[in-house]
Amino acid sequence: MSAAVAGGAARLLPAVPSAEGYTAHLATAGPLPAFSGDELIAELGRAGLTGHGGAAFPAALKWQAVAERSRARGAVVVGDAMETEPASLKDRTLLALRPHLVFDGMLLAASAMRARRVVLCVASSSDALARTLVAALAERRRAAPHEPRIELVTSPSRYIAGEETALISRLNGRRALPRAVPPRPFATGVDGLPTLVNNVETFAHAALIARRGARWFRSVGSAAAPGTTLLSVCGGVAAPGVKEMAYDSTIGQVVAAAGGPAGDPVAVLVGGYFGRWAPAATAWSLTLEPGSLRRAGLALGAGVIAVLPRDACGVAETDRILAFMARESSGQCGPCSRGLPALAALFHDTALGRARPGVLETCARWSLEIRGRGACRHPDGATLMAASALEVFHDELRRHLRHGPCRESARPPLLPTPVLTGR
Amino acid sequence: MKRRLRVDPIACKAHGVCAELFPERIRLDDWGYPVLDDRPLPDELVEHARRAVDACPRTALHLVPIDERGARGRPELPAGDEQLLP
Ligand SMILES: Cc1cc2nc3c(=O)[nH]c(=O)nc-3n(C[C@H](O)[C@H](O)[C@H](O)COP(=O)(O)O)c2cc1C
Ligand code: SF4
Ligand code: SF4
Repeated sequence: MSAAVAGGAARLLPAVPSAEGYTAHLATAGPLPAFSGDELIAELGRAGLTGHGGAAFPAALKWQAVAERSRARGAVVVGDAMETEPASLKDRTLLALRPHLVFDGMLLAASAMRARRVVLCVASSSDALARTLVAALAERRRAAPHEPRIELVTSPSRYIAGEETALISRLNGRRALPRAVPPRPFATGVDGLPTLVNNVETFAHAALIARRGARWFRSVGSAAAPGTTLLSVCGGVAAPGVKEMAYDSTIGQVVAAAGGPAGDPVAVLVGGYFGRWAPAATAWSLTLEPGSLRRAGLALGAGVIAVLPRDACGVAETDRILAFMARESSGQCGPCSRGLPALAALFHDTALGRARPGVLETCARWSLEIRGRGACRHPDGATLMAASALEVFHDELRRHLRHGPCRESARPPLLPTPVLTGR
Repeated sequence: MKRRLRVDPIACKAHGVCAELFPERIRLDDWGYPVLDDRPLPDELVEHARRAVDACPRTALHLVPIDERGARGRPELPAGDEQLLP
């Protein structure tokens, strides 16, 4: 794993990719300033920080919603480091390199919300990450015994376990399954208290904004999308890994930061398994700004950029991802637990060239029909990804239907689709 | 106050009673789960809707005030997530 830094925009990733201890952290970042909660939330609002867990929700609004409700009863702050998206590496990379910056953000939130508990959640399969965090937290407690204690909690490594209501269920002693909202976490979450759930990268940015201010934060990126974002760049690039880029960088520049394309790029999966395919020619000049991506029907999601080179097969890759997403349905809602496997099976038949009349039309219809009808957004992500593949790989799909699987589809998978056991 | 239908997808077990009682606004998908038309209900349909709500054996179907956040018949979306949808 390389943690390269690009565009002169690195803020989260250190110049030298080595783990930063607490003393070194204080030397680079400086001490945490004392803030009133309201001041800090206002500063996050002026900075325009948005969440890095997938939905790009404005951080200040969420902090405000919890802070308002916490006055009477207190609150709980949860850092989401589950990172169950198989192509994503950015959260574990950030935590391995700069754990104390993430802790800072969580502690700032805890003080703004008068939190009773501060919990960092990691997937049960990430032994190495958990060990690093146990050590970093121990160091922190020794060096700063006055600070609130950050609890480390593991949750089963299943795709949906990183979803915020699933995390809350887990922390409430139930199974790590999403539940229907409302009540939303900011109103009623862990122990029935207002609960702030943010991705760990969001907390790290907040910790820098607290020290350097909104103006500094906005000095890179664009007015509409200030700051930088961590990206997990994989697939057909020479140097895959985690890159930090300003939001006004183009996808072409992201690929260049990852060593440039390996092979002739034909398509890009933007946003991961929750994201959408785009032809490389379209994607290349798009910036990472939400508005720029949205106009092309895309979203950055949790920051995965996967490049498909000409010698890989987008149909076969999508087939495996859809099967993965179908396996990872939590099985609670019919449209998701029945619909996704049906959609995946139909797509699989298409990939294998087992033609049935109207198969692509049925795929398109199901991808619309299933969307928006689960308790969580799992089926929405999977069906949007499927729908984008139907468009972008239109010609290839028809070729598979007519002539059977292409030569490229027999190659080893480009993108990982592990069988998750929850261990 | 205007109301619309909402189904709790975790509670719903595809009995289909609702679609039988209220075909004006509920149809079933290929797996027997209800697809709701979640536009505001005109007054003349509210009684029909209520009958379907009361008949659901899983108490999965609800009439909710229209100003509750959420889109497309799903339970409430986390605020801001609407922007993820095209
Ligand atoms: C199926 C599913 C899986 C998710 N997995 C993660 C995850 O692994 N890590 C994460 O930070 N957010 C994940 N999320 C998003 C969280 O629910 C939540 O929106 C996010 O942690 C909020 O943090 P943010 O506002 O800082 O982005 C997932 C969402 C869904 C629907
Ligand atoms: S939508 Fe799917 S993943 Fe989400 S709670 Fe329902 S069954 Fe589980
Ligand atoms: S009657 Fe109730 S359980 Fe049956 S399909 Fe309708 S909402 Fe679902």
